[in-house]
Amino acid sequence: MPEAVLHVYRGDASGGGLKEYRVPLEEGMVVLDAIHHIQGHQAPDLAVRWNCKAAKCGSCSAEVNGKPKLLCKTRMDALPPGQPVVVQPLKAFPIVKDLVTDVQWNYEVNKRIPPFTPKPNAEWRWKQEDVDRVQEFRKCIECFLCQDVCHVLRSHGRTDAFAGPRFLVRVAGLEMHPMDALNRTKFLKEDAGIGLCNITKCCTEVCPEDITITDNAIIPLKERVVDDHYDPVRMLVRLVTGKKKGE
Amino acid sequence: MSERYESHDVDVLVIGAGGAGLRAAIEASAQGARVGVVCKSLLGKAHTVMAEGGVAAALAHVDPSDSWKVHFKDTMLGGKMLNNWRMAQLHAQEAPDRVRELERWGAVFDRTRDGRILQRNFGGHSSPRLAHVGDRTGLEMIRTLQDFGVHQGLEVYMECTVTKLLKQDSRVVGAFAYWRETGRFVLFRAKSVVLATGGIGKAYTITSNSWEYTGDGHALALGAGAELIDMEFVQFHPTGMVWPPGVQGLLVTEAVRGEGGLLRNATGERFMERYDPKRMELSTRDMVARAIYTEVKEGRGSPHGGAFLDISHKPPEMVKKKLPSMYHQFMEFANIDITKSPMEVGPTVHYIMGGVRVDADTGAATVPGLFAAGEASGGMHGANRLGGNSLSDLLVFGRRAGAGSAAYAAKAPGHGVVDPAQVAAAERELLEPFERASGPDPYSIHRRLQQSMHSLVGIFRTEQDLMKGIEEIVKLQAEANAVRVEGSRAFNPGWHLAHDLRNMLTISEAIARCALQRRESRGAHARLDYPNLNPELGDVNSVATLDGEAVRVSQSPLPRMPDELRALFATEPAGVQS
Ligand SMILES: Cc1cc2nc3c(=O)[nH]c(=O)nc-3n(C[C@H](O)[C@H](O)[C@H](O)COP(=O)(O)OP(=O)(O)OC[C@H]3O[C@@H](n4cnc5c(N)ncnc54)[C@H](O)[C@@H]3O)c2cc1C
Ligand code: SF4
Ligand code: SF4
Ligand code: FES
Repeated sequence: MPEAVLHVYRGDASGGGLKEYRVPLEEGMVVLDAIHHIQGHQAPDLAVRWNCKAAKCGSCSAEVNGKPKLLCKTRMDALPPGQPVVVQPLKAFPIVKDLVTDVQWNYEVNKRIPPFTPKPNAEWRWKQEDVDRVQEFRKCIECFLCQDVCHVLRSHGRTDAFAGPRFLVRVAGLEMHPMDALNRTKFLKEDAGIGLCNITKCCTEVCPEDITITDNAIIPLKERVVDDHYDPVRMLVRLVTGKKKGE
Repeated sequence: MSERYESHDVDVLVIGAGGAGLRAAIEASAQGARVGVVCKSLLGKAHTVMAEGGVAAALAHVDPSDSWKVHFKDTMLGGKMLNNWRMAQLHAQEAPDRVRELERWGAVFDRTRDGRILQRNFGGHSSPRLAHVGDRTGLEMIRTLQDFGVHQGLEVYMECTVTKLLKQDSRVVGAFAYWRETGRFVLFRAKSVVLATGGIGKAYTITSNSWEYTGDGHALALGAGAELIDMEFVQFHPTGMVWPPGVQGLLVTEAVRGEGGLLRNATGERFMERYDPKRMELSTRDMVARAIYTEVKEGRGSPHGGAFLDISHKPPEMVKKKLPSMYHQFMEFANIDITKSPMEVGPTVHYIMGGVRVDADTGAATVPGLFAAGEASGGMHGANRLGGNSLSDLLVFGRRAGAGSAAYAAKAPGHGVVDPAQVAAAERELLEPFERASGPDPYSIHRRLQQSMHSLVGIFRTEQDLMKGIEEIVKLQAEANAVRVEGSRAFNPGWHLAHDLRNMLTISEAIARCALQRRESRGAHARLDYPNLNPELGDVNSVATLDGEAVRVSQSPLPRMPDELRALFATEPAGVQS
């Protein structure tokens, strides 16, 4: 039977390195299958997160050959043949053990986002076309691959000042919800640090849900922030009428 | 004793953060209780996130003639009348409000042309009834509850596994758990506890379920002296992927058939014609699963041992819009474009109808202070669950168990006393596998259990197989008690499995013993040696309890449906009514 060679990161906060494993290669195998095979036969304490094994839960995020990926969605036969497959934990977050990182920070950011606030006495009817965009944002499986790849977090470590693409997507889903009455531009500017994003689009490229993060979520939000910031009258109108741009 | 551990005091402890757990926690918190939520995975990753097809509720947006009574009737008939009638009634009556409430909390369902929540067809439902978001309804539901819940002040303990419920006399007063990350222990003291731990699928080889589904809640309840009912009813979903091997069992949503998908065998025949000519592809899951199994067994299977499921006669744009994740799933995992060619599908273990016996109105288990909701509880779905009825079940009974547990906590005299001996025993059980110099490894025992359950306690059962299955389970229990674990306590999946395995073995024994006891075929429970429905057994629930380490089974009478509800079934054939 053909074999695959994997170099898997083993270690924790105190250090570690790549370790080589060989597993039998099956048709249609994904990297997570290989990791499970290692767990079940060679390294029972190899730490990895997973749940659905179907690219639906966003648990199995890691880096394969240096690229942020869902392990359950990365086919072995899509990787360069004859070369070891390098599997490492996400780089933007502190390591816990092996392929598991501490993503708690993301949950803290989420808590700070001003929640969905429905307009009072509105009729809950809308057209499908009116929510296609919001539904695109709501496809997010919170895999945090976009957070991992974004240089503001990955290279500059600005978790203190920047919410990251995932949470800009979430805010976009709230801001564009036809029933939402709140204005989150102040939050976007001051707390989420939207100004730190310089539209490199790396986040869009890695999103396993094909959410057009930069063009559809971040840029429109940036426009709203600019509008409100430089056009206080408009801001006031919105506050009074509860209407948003474009409505 | 408790000083030695990190410990937390809450009014209500909810174990599980899927739809049922989160809805229970939100309700308990709204009633003024201080609520802690514990879950094995990260928040938002529970099984509910995977639900695809939709949530059933008689909103009557697509078919104005739909009503709670029709939904109730469909549910009871689908469950072969073994459902707890009161649960089925509350479920049908309250599901529409629970769905609308979700919308008020920010969920964005697909729309009808006149701008209301759209509903789709599903097996066993007599009208289009499932509110949905493409084929990712569960994601919408869990994210809505999660985002709403975090602003309600819930305390969430994630990646934390509960291994024992603690009792003072007859009452449940807390839980013992470990942090997955560090392996350190933690004690929760609570005035009441809600089990919302989901299902048991990992006891089988081919399943749509994740590593979390090891029957923890079922086993915790048994360990605390509570009763489980109807554990023989394990749902095989008819359409799991059969190829490639790595994704065997992965769910292919029933929405494919709901949107018009056709089932064919290797000869091209729409074989459902021979099994259920009236409902065809939209027959109930038990029927379709057995039909596919039989076609394969009799030599009319697809190349990888399944049936063909075809949606390629529908416009490609519609398929991609209504079934986007199925489109991607087949494209990415099997190199198949479902807008052009058929999928290969076969039965996969999906759901357990049986679970903790609860009071329909409050979710109270048979032990004081203990509540249960969602897949971990039993009764609602009888002998077979209709698709879409789980997500609605989570909302209706999650809310009810949240209210029930908060009311219980409000009346409780205070926190109970934690017995140091129980804590010490729980701790010993977890640490022993590290101390053994030799012993079997948990992964190999797990694989053998899965194989035994699949071949001996599977889709078709016989007395002989079930006896052999029980024998095998008991043998594996002895091995599991001697298991050895390598490595440290920090994020160690082998260690986690060693404990989950004990739960799976207990639950497997309960399933097999209940299956042996029920000498008939009904819903998801099919006995080759008793192929027919036995009307007398339509009036009894199977009951499982724990006696030391052994599972004991018995029967108890089914709660009797009041006459005005019974009248709804007057025109049904006699066999169904019993
Ligand atoms: C692929 C798939 C598709 C489905 N599609 C549909 C559908 O379209 N419609 C429908 O109605 N139903 C569907 N179902 C069924 C439905 O999704 C589940 O029955 C339901 O989500 C279960 O919800 P729950 O809240 O009971 O449990 P879950 O959502 O599974 O949550 C269980 C929780 O308990 C926690 N837990 C478990 N054990 C412990 C422990 N020992 N300590 C601490 N925490 C613990 C877990 O971490 C988790 O948070 C589907 C199921 C699957 C697998
Ligand atoms: S577009 Fe913005 S958010 Fe996305 S990766 Fe680039 S800087 Fe980060
Ligand atoms: S936006 Fe995309 S990449 Fe980012 S967390 Fe969500 S699904 Fe993952
Ligand atoms: S395991 Fe769920 S996304 Fe990979």
